[in-house]
Amino acid sequence: MKKNLLSSFLAQFLLLVFVIVWIIPTFGLFVSSFRDKDLLAISGWWTSLITTQVNEIHRTVNMESQIQENNIYIIKENIFVKNSKKKISSFGITSKNINQFLVKETATLKDGSKLTVYENGDYIWKSQKPFKNKKGRRIFITASSPPKFTFDNYKEVLFKEGVGQAFLNTLTVAIPSTIIPLIICSFFAYALSWMKFFGRDTLLALIIASLVVPLQMSLIPLLSFYNDIGALFNISSKSYPGVWLAHTGFGLASTTFLLRNFIKSLPHEMMEAAKVDGATHYDIFLKIILPLSIPAFASIFILQFLWVWNDLLVGLVFLDQVPSEIIITAKLRELLGSRGENWEILTTGAFVSMTVPLLIFFLLQRYFIRGLVAGSVKG
Amino acid sequence: MTIFSIIFYVSIGILLCILYFHLSNLLFDFFSKKYSNESSLRAFIFIAPAFIILLIYILYPVVETVRLSFFDKYGRDFVGISNYIWAIKDPEFKRGILNNLGWLLIVPTLSTFFGLVIANLADRIWWGTIAKSIIFMPMAISFVGAGVIWKFVYDYRGPGDQQIGFLNAIIVSLGFEPQAWITIPIWNNLFLMAIMIWIQTGLAMVIFSAALRGVPKEMLEAARIDGASELKIFTSIIIPYLNQTILVIWTIITIVVLKIFDIILAMTNGQWQTEVLANLMFDWMFRGGGDSGRGSVFAIVIMVAVVPIMILNIYRHKQEEKI
Repeated sequence: MKKNLLSSFLAQFLLLVFVIVWIIPTFGLFVSSFRDKDLLAISGWWTSLITTQVNEIHRTVNMESQIQENNIYIIKENIFVKNSKKKISSFGITSKNINQFLVKETATLKDGSKLTVYENGDYIWKSQKPFKNKKGRRIFITASSPPKFTFDNYKEVLFKEGVGQAFLNTLTVAIPSTIIPLIICSFFAYALSWMKFFGRDTLLALIIASLVVPLQMSLIPLLSFYNDIGALFNISSKSYPGVWLAHTGFGLASTTFLLRNFIKSLPHEMMEAAKVDGATHYDIFLKIILPLSIPAFASIFILQFLWVWNDLLVGLVFLDQVPSEIIITAKLRELLGSRGENWEILTTGAFVSMTVPLLIFFLLQRYFIRGLVAGSVKG
Repeated sequence: MTIFSIIFYVSIGILLCILYFHLSNLLFDFFSKKYSNESSLRAFIFIAPAFIILLIYILYPVVETVRLSFFDKYGRDFVGISNYIWAIKDPEFKRGILNNLGWLLIVPTLSTFFGLVIANLADRIWWGTIAKSIIFMPMAISFVGAGVIWKFVYDYRGPGDQQIGFLNAIIVSLGFEPQAWITIPIWNNLFLMAIMIWIQTGLAMVIFSAALRGVPKEMLEAARIDGASELKIFTSIIIPYLNQTILVIWTIITIVVLKIFDIILAMTNGQWQTEVLANLMFDWMFRGGGDSGRGSVFAIVIMVAVVPIMILNIYRHKQEEKI
């Protein structure tokens, strides 16, 4: 009994370790996508709930804002542009010594003017002579920044970086690329399971062989084939219908194979009876097979949809990398190159690209798993 | 493109497809009323679209790629095996082969192993279902998305700076120097592989989970009564019982890993000695205006590696159909 308890405890502990290791990367991305971008750049996401020390450089306003009171010239403003919850603890006037003064202390500048900075960012700058600076003066501050979560990153990524458009483009690619093979392959699978014709077994063997043919084998010939067709009709060789057909082609073997296994497993007495009653194969397909295959369709739909949604290679090769056609994975890859240090853009972009798969995953996990298991046990 | 034009395009595409089947079958019904039996023309209607697509997108390209690998960069002049000779001498190709071999050895093995261990643990624990969900989740994410997730984990800042990458933060808190993980040659491959293992373990786990239900309960009970430890049961009963499943999972992951491309392209684009075959192929499709001869050679090397698995699958299918 004691030994059982220990082994159960060990098992729980081990599993917990796995779960933590597996969830942390995604969790970090998720949290980061909601963080203020300035904080994100200087502190880890695990510190996002605690106050962070930040060093910033600001500029005062220029001479146009000065007012004169009793022969003293004054500039009075706030350092922060927007309402900020940051609290300044110290400031400096040279880059060599950025914490030279505490807040409320007065710094005397070279020209004799006096600068005081307060905790909330207010500053007063007084001088005996009129200010002549056209550019603002630099102030270095050290402030504590409270935790800050925002949707700004999402606004920026969706509308300014073009990820929103890429999201729609991916939908345009993914929906037909999932439904078209499903329709075509269900007829094909039906014929392979219940119709008699010459070469059926060879065709089935061909499908099983095609299951593992790497995509890479098709790319170069297809690219030149598409270019030829484009040149022939004087149209762009890269288009949505072209991608739909490419995805149909690449998903054809696995979709057919899974559907065929399912349709083959249906009781054939039903079909025999329908045939005796004078039903054609098309009737049988529409009225008997189709309704019975809905669960299998659901699984295959999810597999193919996720495959297409997550694909990068086909989208790169068969679509133009322009805003109206670029898919979300390609966009993400482009951002990795061009905005490699802007983690607020990358984390948010990645999370946007993951929303649909994750939604499907959590809502339809059962069908997803069923499809994977069916595909693996046989294939 | 606006949402409306998207809906329009998408519906047209799908409608055309449905119309083909419906109209052709109606026509067929109409003309075949004279005959009492259905001819094989019906089978033709059912098969034609799929077969044509199979022909254009899989069968023709396979033959064409083989042909192109013996031709020059434009696919015009026959050059014999000089593309292959070039490949053997090319240091990038050698690097790619070595890296692919490394991926093939490590990723399927570790994913299968972790998957098996987790499936086993989770089946015995009340919160196992939730745990399985979490481990499985990366399967739904794209390789590029996973790339971003892990690039963030591996992020590197100079030694004095605050680390925002999780891995470096741990390393620094333990008192070591931070490292730019994905730029350390050879070792960086392991960090890229970790991403793939992170994704594929979930796949292995769900399949094992399904297979574990088939292990006879009586056998496990008997072993426990005889005083076998859980570890002993795992190694002496469960693993031998699942060896077919292990083989299946191992082959599936092997095929995925052979084609590994997105992760490399997104993370390093083959820099710092992380080049793999599929990325080299993509590169040569466009490098210098595109070289179809050299590109094809890479595709064929990947294909040749898949052939044994293909034969095994057809053989297994034949066995199953006999039963």
